[in-house]
Amino acid sequence: MSTSLILLIILIVGLAAYFAGRARAMASSKGKLSVLHSLPGYHGVYVAIWAVLPAAFVLAIWLLASPFFVENSVRSALPESVHSQGSATTELMLGQVMQVANGLKLLNTEELAAVTSGSSNLRDALAAKGVPMANAGETYMVEAAQKYNSLKDSSRWVMSAVVLIIAIAGAVFAIRGISAPFRARNRVERVMLGALLLASSIAILTTVGIVGSMLSEAIRFFQSVSPSAFFFGTVWDPRFSAAGSGGTEGQFGLLPLLAGTLYIAFVAMLFAVPVGLFAAIYMAEYARPVVRGIAKPLLEILAGIPTIVYGFFALVTVGPFLRDISAQLNGLVTGNYVNFIQAQSVLTAGLVMGIMLIPFVSSLSDDIITQVPRSLRDGSLGLGATRSETIKRVILPAALPGIVGALLLTASRAVGETMIVVLAAGVAARMQLNPFEAMTTVTVKIVNQLTGDLEFNSPQTLVAFALGITLFAITLCLNIYALYIVRKYREQYE
Amino acid sequence: MTDMTSSVQSTFVRPAQARRDIGIKKRYAAERRFKAYGLAAILIGLFFLFVLLWTVVSKGYTAFQQTAITLPIEFSEQIIDPKNERGANPAKLMTANYPFLVRDALIKALGIDPANKPLVKQATDMVSASARTQLRDLVVANPAIIGTTANVSLLAEGNIDSANKGQIDLTVAEASRKVKDQQLEWMKKLTETGAMAKQFNTGLFTYGASSRPEAAGIGVAALGSLYMMLIVLVLALPIGVAASIYLEEFAPKNRLTDLIEVNINNLAAVPSIVYGLLGLSIFINFAGMPRSAALVGGLVLTLMTLPTIIIATRAALKAVPPSIRSAALGLGASKMQTIFHHVLPLAMPGVLTGTIIGLAHALGETAPLLLIGMVAFVVDYPGSPMDPSTALPVQIYMWANEAERAFVERTSGAIMILLIFLVVMNLGAILLRRRFERRW
Repeated sequence: MSTSLILLIILIVGLAAYFAGRARAMASSKGKLSVLHSLPGYHGVYVAIWAVLPAAFVLAIWLLASPFFVENSVRSALPESVHSQGSATTELMLGQVMQVANGLKLLNTEELAAVTSGSSNLRDALAAKGVPMANAGETYMVEAAQKYNSLKDSSRWVMSAVVLIIAIAGAVFAIRGISAPFRARNRVERVMLGALLLASSIAILTTVGIVGSMLSEAIRFFQSVSPSAFFFGTVWDPRFSAAGSGGTEGQFGLLPLLAGTLYIAFVAMLFAVPVGLFAAIYMAEYARPVVRGIAKPLLEILAGIPTIVYGFFALVTVGPFLRDISAQLNGLVTGNYVNFIQAQSVLTAGLVMGIMLIPFVSSLSDDIITQVPRSLRDGSLGLGATRSETIKRVILPAALPGIVGALLLTASRAVGETMIVVLAAGVAARMQLNPFEAMTTVTVKIVNQLTGDLEFNSPQTLVAFALGITLFAITLCLNIYALYIVRKYREQYE
Repeated sequence: MTDMTSSVQSTFVRPAQARRDIGIKKRYAAERRFKAYGLAAILIGLFFLFVLLWTVVSKGYTAFQQTAITLPIEFSEQIIDPKNERGANPAKLMTANYPFLVRDALIKALGIDPANKPLVKQATDMVSASARTQLRDLVVANPAIIGTTANVSLLAEGNIDSANKGQIDLTVAEASRKVKDQQLEWMKKLTETGAMAKQFNTGLFTYGASSRPEAAGIGVAALGSLYMMLIVLVLALPIGVAASIYLEEFAPKNRLTDLIEVNINNLAAVPSIVYGLLGLSIFINFAGMPRSAALVGGLVLTLMTLPTIIIATRAALKAVPPSIRSAALGLGASKMQTIFHHVLPLAMPGVLTGTIIGLAHALGETAPLLLIGMVAFVVDYPGSPMDPSTALPVQIYMWANEAERAFVERTSGAIMILLIFLVVMNLGAILLRRRFERRW
């Protein structure tokens, strides 16, 4: 029986259990529903929960655990000659046995008999069914494969039977407990509460998953490259390794990538912060409601545009535009029409990222500026200050912590932005200060190292996880500090 | 006190003097400047929005048209099945030399000397290589067509299509141009006879990946995106709502809850590429799910969307006034019943708005999908979420890296389609909010 069929059967049992429980509750009320502690539906759900949950739990455990047991017993059944060659060979042979096992299922009885008796070649028989084999295969493999198949089959049958029995037993047990005063609702609600708790723990699990998975892969990376060479290295030259060579000659210096990331983020902030902040001030303090009602959603469209679109914009419009205009400028001044801005450059990426960040800065700051109490504003205006003086001397200082928080959140977004820099910043990892040249970022290198054919034990791919955990750490610090400031600021004025 | 009176007197005794200059003009000028900066900032923002949209639309609107060449194709038995084997071996029809049919039709239509090989080559280059599969499918579907002549509309090759749309600079020397003078002449001739015409580009919506721009479309990628959106909706909405209900209504106010709260806010701001790394290492490496599958993409996007939905749902639950809860509890409902029968339905517009915005965000997300192998050349529609597939924004990314003019056009066209989807989703969210939102 396939897993989905078993699940379906469990669900059907659950549905039947629901109606049985409901009917039992109705019957035990003897026609007077008000004597029941809980509504009949709750009794039904209670029985259904007993039918479904334990069975599903056992099913999940069985599905997770049975491959290990089956593999173990097949492994121990492999002949001594295999075991004596070390564990790596054993695993290799085990993999081959499983392949053979899958292949054997495709053979019909005659072919199977021929293969088992050794009269026909295993490799040819399987190749005819479209299962390729690395080597000719040996007779013990057929035996082991058959053992594997039979174990797997019997495990599946036993599992189906056990799960079904548990489902029915659970339902029967629950039905027997139903009576008029039985507090079915409280039980059901406790299960619901458990489910809600489980759902909210997924958020924690995600963080644990992010940190755990990236740390474990990063540690594997640091086994072949020393952390100091990674964190303080100034040269990024990973040299894609040939498959299986495990070459570690590449250099994995983080600093050029970090420099590029921070530089591009800095340029983006340089552009986005004044524009966003002034836009927020204008909308919060000057704009009439009509203007605000139009301009604010229009600016927020910028935040809703996918970053790949910004990347494309940088690639086909902004980059070529900057390149051409720099050539023109150069020509006007020196007479030599050569561009001094590259199409892929820190400036291109920073400018386009800045456009993307404008709405972040403006809507976050707008919220914070409007939170400054009216009384501060009125006090300053009443003393004869102009509006701009009120903003500069009273509102902005009062809102400063919140705005700093907003800017930090924006900076964290700039550091973690991927698609714009992938398309607009270039791939050359170097440390320099000219914003007209290409630099690269941490995110670009993560994408570069992990697209294409992967081999998971080479430092060339594992380095992406070390980069990822670095990125995560940077943004985590920025976020937490920003959230802390913003929260504190809210408390101040609420 | 005496000081004060004396100072008042001192100003009072000099009435003839002009009013003391307290810099009011300067201050007003500063005020005007400040206001102008604000206005300029908004205009800069709107200017870039306009330029961005203009770039996409002006480069992309032509992608919705495609040049086609309609030729009377003679399905000659001589070429398709010279030895008459198709009865015995239908597979013969799959491997027949269909491009020859196109060649012969072109020779006839353009009046070229069949012996002039370079000229014939130039002529056949005008028709997309996808004509082969197109004719093959026609013949396989209806073998009776062999021996007859039928008008078939074939896709023009990408560069010819660009030239027909006037996108190729004809002042460039012929040698360094993709479209030759002879081909231009033929194009003119074919257009005059009505054989060559622009038609609505349905292929853009139905085809999959292709290295030939004229045969490339977003259909396959859009299906992959649809699978992912369904997975996100089915997983993220219930989990997100359940988590927010727990955090908002049941969780005791203690450090653990505080930690979860900070954690969720932080997850909402974690770079999306980190989710890609998570998906690669947990779902693919550890759990052994297939690479490039929409299932993995959906799971990754679910994790990414969850914080957005949780934050929106919590805000919506918080907005439901306590009087509703008190009334329900007072009538004897349990806490669970209060929430599920009264609070949640009232919060539902807010929840759905948050979900739609989260989905729109997930639809446009590219970076995490690059890491889990969705940068794939997928030609066929994925039959299930386990099959290799790609996504709309990833398809845009792949096309953006192609140099040909026809691909730039298609990239912009695909972006327009993506943006239309996003606009529709966001408008839906706004309408939902307008229609059902209640102010308490």
